[in-house]
Amino acid sequence: MAQTKKTLLTQPLVDNNPITLQVLGICSALAVTSSLQVALVMALAVTAVTGFASMFISVLRNQIPGSIRIIVQMVIIASLVIIVDQVLKAYAYDVSKTLSVFVGLIITNCIVMGRAEAFAMKNPPIDSFIDGVGNGLGYGALLLVVGFIRELFGAGSLFGITIFETVNNGGWYVPNGMLLLPPSAFFIIGLLIWAIRSWKPKQVEEREYKIQTVEGH
Amino acid sequence: MEELISLAVKAVFVENLALSFFLGMCTFLAVSKKISTAIGLGVSVMVVQLITVPTNYLLLTFLLAPGALAWAGFPNVDLTFLGLICYIGVIAAMVQILEMVLDKFFPPLYNALGVFLPLITVNCAILGGSLFMVERDYNFAESMTYGLSSGFGWALAIAAMAGVREKLKYSDIPDGLQGLGITFISAGLMALAFMSFSGVKL
Repeated sequence: MAQTKKTLLTQPLVDNNPITLQVLGICSALAVTSSLQVALVMALAVTAVTGFASMFISVLRNQIPGSIRIIVQMVIIASLVIIVDQVLKAYAYDVSKTLSVFVGLIITNCIVMGRAEAFAMKNPPIDSFIDGVGNGLGYGALLLVVGFIRELFGAGSLFGITIFETVNNGGWYVPNGMLLLPPSAFFIIGLLIWAIRSWKPKQVEEREYKIQTVEGH
Repeated sequence: MEELISLAVKAVFVENLALSFFLGMCTFLAVSKKISTAIGLGVSVMVVQLITVPTNYLLLTFLLAPGALAWAGFPNVDLTFLGLICYIGVIAAMVQILEMVLDKFFPPLYNALGVFLPLITVNCAILGGSLFMVERDYNFAESMTYGLSSGFGWALAIAAMAGVREKLKYSDIPDGLQGLGITFISAGLMALAFMSFSGVKL
């Protein structure tokens, strides 16, 4: 193993982030970030599912026949998601109502499938578990950053606790309503990608077309 | 009838699966580089939605919902917690069947769509459509309308996005925004445009 366990865990946080570099699992990243609490629950749920799904798939990797592996992976992932869904309904009913269909959509979250295919099918269970948790955390970190920006500037609060007193409640802060609307998530993630890639220029994509500059202008 | 039309318009524009619920984003961003492939994928999503949403509705009403098994002599059984695994099973099976039917009877269409069909199984727009159908208690006619129109909305969004990206590749974009970054921002602008439909009622 060239990679140590620590790099397996930390690499997906920035260097190989599932959202900004691997382009996986974007669907839910955008939809559940309008408040920090929901984003946190979603991040935990995805981390748990990715970690355990990778572990179980890795345990079974020598038994799964190649031709039906996608279906086997789907069944393992779907069972884990059902457990998470039932736990959320039992202990955090309000949050599970806000998340609505997005808990179920963890099944089709490409991070889980992507890590199962790319890593868990070839590596031993413990490494796969760490890799799954690492990718879940990388996803969670981005979710929390976006959730933080959207809730703080869109509603003036964090975790539902008021930080900036809004004008409506007699304070001074005029909330930026656009940040609570879905499109803002696109802008924030787009700008985050810009920031990360300016910091780590290795991640910059090649241009498809070079723009010629004419000499003498 | 009027209700169905209103539902369809809502599903296409106001509650567009791609741009206001962000479903199917992974494929939306990955396969929107060329208009022709985008349209191919869009049409396949539409077809699969039209089949899977009503099928999942039947599955829910006759097998999973509380008391649904009364016809088999189990009036007290509630299997809704098995929903997720059943829906994804139905979707995977439907995609497989569709692939085989297309291969046998419509080879040109199969060749055009073939590569995208397996992708659709893990497209969250499809599972999302079924889950919204469950959450909003649609009846059979409504679930069929919803399946078709939400699929159409998704196809519309990805075709438009591909159009934007085909032009975009000639523009001078800062290095860090190249590729994924600028795609996100243009998708955001499109989502803003689609928001202007909100409040439209028929």
